[in-house]
Amino acid sequence: MDAVKGASRSGTLPLLLPALVFLVLLFLYPFAYGLFLSLTTATGEVSLANYARFFSDARDLHTVWVTLQIAMPITFINVGLAVPFAYYMRHGMRGEKLITFFLIVPITLGTVLISEGMLTFMGPAGWLNQLLMVLRIVKEPFRFTHNVLGVVISLGLQGFPYAFLMLLGYVSGINPDLERASQMLGANRWQTFWKILFPLMVPGIAISFCLNFVMAFSVFPSAVLLGQPSGPTRVIAIAAYQWAFEKFNFNAASAISMVMAAIELAVISFVLAWRSNMYKGASMVGKG
Amino acid sequence: MRGKPRFSSALFFAAIAAYVFIVLGILLTVVLNSLSKGWYSGVLPPYLTKEWYAYAASDHDIPSLLSVTFTVVVADVLIALLIAFPAAYVLARQEFKGKGLVLSLLLLPMIVPPMTYGIPLAMLCYKFHLAARVIGVILVNLVPIVPFMVLVLMPFIEQVGANLESAAKMLGAGRWTIFRKILVPLTVPGILTAGILSLVKAISMFDLTYLVAGGRSQTIVVALYADAYAAGSRPPQAVDALAVIYFLIAMTCLIISLRFVSPTQMVFKLK
Amino acid sequence: MKDFKKISVRRMTKRFGEKTAVDDFSLEFCKGEFVTFLGPSGCGKSTALNCITGLIPITSGEIWIDDECIDNTIDKIPPEKREFGMVFQNYALFPHLTVFENVAFGLRLRRIRRADIARRVDTALRLVHLEGYAAKYPAQMSGGEQQRVAIARCIVLEPRLLLLDEPLSNLDAKLRVELRYELKALHERLKVTTIYVTHDQTEALALSDRIVVLRLGRIQQVGTPAEVFSDPANLFVADFMGFKNAWTVKVESQREMDGAIEARLDAQGIPLTARLAWPRGDPRRELLASAQRKGTVLRTAIRPEDVEVGTAANGNPLACLATLVEYQGQVSQVSADLVGSEPAEPGLRVDLRTASRVEEGERLAISIPPGKILLFAPTETAAEAAGWTP
Repeated sequence: MDAVKGASRSGTLPLLLPALVFLVLLFLYPFAYGLFLSLTTATGEVSLANYARFFSDARDLHTVWVTLQIAMPITFINVGLAVPFAYYMRHGMRGEKLITFFLIVPITLGTVLISEGMLTFMGPAGWLNQLLMVLRIVKEPFRFTHNVLGVVISLGLQGFPYAFLMLLGYVSGINPDLERASQMLGANRWQTFWKILFPLMVPGIAISFCLNFVMAFSVFPSAVLLGQPSGPTRVIAIAAYQWAFEKFNFNAASAISMVMAAIELAVISFVLAWRSNMYKGASMVGKG
Repeated sequence: MRGKPRFSSALFFAAIAAYVFIVLGILLTVVLNSLSKGWYSGVLPPYLTKEWYAYAASDHDIPSLLSVTFTVVVADVLIALLIAFPAAYVLARQEFKGKGLVLSLLLLPMIVPPMTYGIPLAMLCYKFHLAARVIGVILVNLVPIVPFMVLVLMPFIEQVGANLESAAKMLGAGRWTIFRKILVPLTVPGILTAGILSLVKAISMFDLTYLVAGGRSQTIVVALYADAYAAGSRPPQAVDALAVIYFLIAMTCLIISLRFVSPTQMVFKLK
Repeated sequence: MKDFKKISVRRMTKRFGEKTAVDDFSLEFCKGEFVTFLGPSGCGKSTALNCITGLIPITSGEIWIDDECIDNTIDKIPPEKREFGMVFQNYALFPHLTVFENVAFGLRLRRIRRADIARRVDTALRLVHLEGYAAKYPAQMSGGEQQRVAIARCIVLEPRLLLLDEPLSNLDAKLRVELRYELKALHERLKVTTIYVTHDQTEALALSDRIVVLRLGRIQQVGTPAEVFSDPANLFVADFMGFKNAWTVKVESQREMDGAIEARLDAQGIPLTARLAWPRGDPRRELLASAQRKGTVLRTAIRPEDVEVGTAANGNPLACLATLVEYQGQVSQVSADLVGSEPAEPGLRVDLRTASRVEEGERLAISIPPGKILLFAPTETAAEAAGWTP
């Protein structure tokens, strides 16, 4: 089959053309335009003024910290929980379809609905607080909403299913004989997990972490609806949005969104570096 | 050896139960609240009423919202298919210089924050008078959908072995015939899957639409956000009424789609 | 823990829901023996192996090592504590570890000193002729090399039982033969008690001290390679070991001759004389007698290579018409129709192997030595005899 692959080069370009046009017009050009905007002032001269402004404005700079404070922990939690859950379900289990259905629901419904729903369900008079008070876990209603915790919970509700389902698919692809071999060589479950399965899951964990982090770091509607957008949950996306659509300073807004992209890129590079460091062996984990 | 699995399985099910409880709780609260009157405390509302839906209906042009949402979502899926399918074919089948680059570029929208390309993209839409119009919303939402579709389609195309096309060529079929009679029919499951998954995803897409939508080009999720954001200006039960309408649409699509697609495919499959 | 005298599997049964994969399996084997479970796909050989390792729980029965019961369905020693070694069909090498780390894996778990680990790994790699491969990763090696690493990984731990699940099936033909020699040499040298699973009778014959032939979960025969090869217990085993020519025959007469029985048979009109070396008291004598009394049919089994081409009549002179000739270099495999059966009947087919040159359509004179004709009780259909279930 490989002999045939690549044989007909003539057909490549026309088939790829729509996608390339799409990429350039709707993504690369806007991205470049944004970059250009971020490097120019309102009067049109090229300068780093926008970036300087961002880094010197305490309130705006603080958004980086706020967003990282929200995104990092929840990403670790999402992926960290997803690993044992995926491990546990790696050979399939009863009720798998039902469980995965419930995990899909928040992803399908989206951030806005979940946030909106959380406001009532987890509000001071909502069912969750009522339950907690009946069970005497708290004496008065616990503040789940209009704070950082609410945003984090909503990111967890959506992020965890993503991480879990991704990892589940990945783990299922690992040759089950590797576990049996490890057992036969004398390893107990714990040892088999740490020495064999976990290293082989590292690539999946890395990608899962990156995608989850991107989602969390770009958080926007839930930070507004569920948090306190003027204070503790003023995330960097909000800052960018405000500069663009409330103050109509697109140069400043672009600079902020470039900083966002840069931070994400930095985190992703770091994670990928960790992954290459962990996993020097071959990538063949197939059942062959 | 027996005891350990029992403990971890109890833990596992407890966690799943807690999760399901929260998800169900959120949904039920929204539904109940939209039908309630005078529900300030207690487990259940004292009275039920349909007035909030009437309120929402008069407050919003629901048919318009629905039609815009429908138009945007269907248009995005169809256009994305036209772009993604040939691209996925080339990427799955052929080796060429710069393939790695093209693939990376195509996947970039998935790791770049929506705001980063969204704000300049919105600006450009305004510049070209595409903003605050349905066409603008359609264009903007293409950006995340196309890469997603390419990723979903590629494995399906790989599954249709290249030797099938070789066999057809040996039997005398031309390119167009091969495409029509072999490739497309065999990738129909893939096309369906990609289309359905993107459809379900598109309904809930918010960030980009929000940047370009205007009065008459809002999708229902944007209208919902706007309502929720302007919290004081209308009764929360009315907001929930709109939420329920959105929820019904999204759930219906989800349930229909599960007939064709398995839940795990909703999430990007790692190799 | 290390030294034992025998392992005994008693009435082991494994059911998966409705399906019985292993049925009432009983076997005893001694230290140092090489035992092969042989049979077609689905016969339960791999399942039986996995039950013995403890990777699969057994439904009923017991497994004992000397006086210690390691599994009686209620209490069982987990696989990681049994000190058995297992080699898998797809090698199951840990892809993220080097060859050295793979082989050292079990040693590290047992907290052996580093210097000893290095020494033992080195010895093991030498034993499988892979010196110098220590730093490589599995993906950089061929199938044969990977399998040898898998073997080294087991034997470095000096297991008390070595289990191999079709270890050569994934290799190409030439490698299979090479590695088979190495396995034999290794066993001669180390004398590890071994259970080997395969569907390939050549491997079974070459490697084993004893062969256990399985069909649909039940043991058909246990014997040395020579026994299973020359004296199969039933039609299934005979067919599996390469006997063909399973003709339906009626018993015309029989008489005692020098401790053996000479029987005159009628194969759909063709007379045959068979000489059956069944000692007195052998239950098969009763089978023969009953078939003659009641007029019921029996089935023959004759090896294609035992059918002689040419007029050197050693008994049972017959004529046949060659219909299909398959040239195999040294010999040719020939399918021919026997001449002489009732004209209205379809011709009885004979499968033979000969070094002579035969053309299709050629009329051949053949003879079958009476001592080379085996007789068995008939099974329901020929397909069943071949081990296929409807």
